[in-house]
Amino acid sequence: MLKKTLATLALGSALLSAGQAMAADYVIDKKGQHAFVNFKISHLGYSWLYGTFKDFDGSFSFDDAKPEASKVAVNLKTASVDSNHAERDKHLRSADFLNVDKHPTASFESTKVVSTGQGTADITGNLTLNGVTKPVVIAARFIGEGKDPWGGYRAGFEGTTTLALKDFGIDKMDLGPASQTVDLIISVEGVRQ
Amino acid sequence: MQWRNSSLRFGLVSVVLHWLVALTVFGMFGLGLWMRTLDYYSPWYRTAPDIHKSVGILLLLVMLLRLLWRFLSPPPAPLANHGPLTRLGSRAGHALLYLGLFALLVSGYLISTADGRPIEVFDWFQVPALITGIPDQEDLAGEIHEYLAWGLVGLAVVHALAALKHHFIDRDATLRRMLGRTPR
Repeated sequence: MLKKTLATLALGSALLSAGQAMAADYVIDKKGQHAFVNFKISHLGYSWLYGTFKDFDGSFSFDDAKPEASKVAVNLKTASVDSNHAERDKHLRSADFLNVDKHPTASFESTKVVSTGQGTADITGNLTLNGVTKPVVIAARFIGEGKDPWGGYRAGFEGTTTLALKDFGIDKMDLGPASQTVDLIISVEGVRQ
Repeated sequence: MQWRNSSLRFGLVSVVLHWLVALTVFGMFGLGLWMRTLDYYSPWYRTAPDIHKSVGILLLLVMLLRLLWRFLSPPPAPLANHGPLTRLGSRAGHALLYLGLFALLVSGYLISTADGRPIEVFDWFQVPALITGIPDQEDLAGEIHEYLAWGLVGLAVVHALAALKHHFIDRDATLRRMLGRTPR
């Protein structure tokens, strides 16, 4: 009796894990913070200014065999912007830029994933920033996946996209001709659920 | 004119400090409002906030000196024609002006030093960051700084109107004393 129950359990879990391997859901590792939403913008055309958003979460589903079925969603608190300078961060949170009192969150939700090669894909989705929702394309690259040393399973991606600030209504302060766009670099690791 | 305050009149030190602080507070209010409207390529975009911060620290030092002087050489007694309500109002008003100005100066300091950066007072010296890491420090201090600035300037206007009322309506020596004159 016990043997039979065990056998059923083993078979059941084998089927379950087989199902997971086909299309798995991942939650972005916020707890261990193996995830970054960074940006860079030109300063006067002379150098790059880097910054990051410290508070965000999200999830993705990923199927190695069927990358087109993948999905990703990220939610971000705009007030968590950090460019390593308190006075600048205060200015970035003001109505001149992110207007965080009025628009405390930004989000991205994918609508279409197109494979562009070995381990690369274009993720089309809606980006909501400063209260404006616009479709953007994130060029994503699969970094790696596998078991972690603590009994879990992880997969990681990095994606980049370039936004024109004025497309999202961030046009109250003109930073100059070289600084009309900002590059977003999203680098996340997900823990399989 | 004597340096020290007497029981009847203000001395030179108090008079000069009073008008210096008054001028600086209104100047800093204007500078603070104006510097926030500058565009990124304005030659003043960096210098105006630097001046605002430097003058703010110097004003804090002057205010500490002024407070010390108040104890070393107390202000003259209230004028004889001032009733108990006028005396109470004047005491409360002056206490609020001092408190408001100190809070305003400290809140400004807390914006610029929120991430541990010192404030550079012109090219003369640096004031280190003492309090950092309050959650949302620069934003919170910034909001407080803005409200306090409007509040203090409003209170200073009331203070000035009160002085003018004493001068033109009550025709007493309140304003003349603050100009270093003796009461008639």
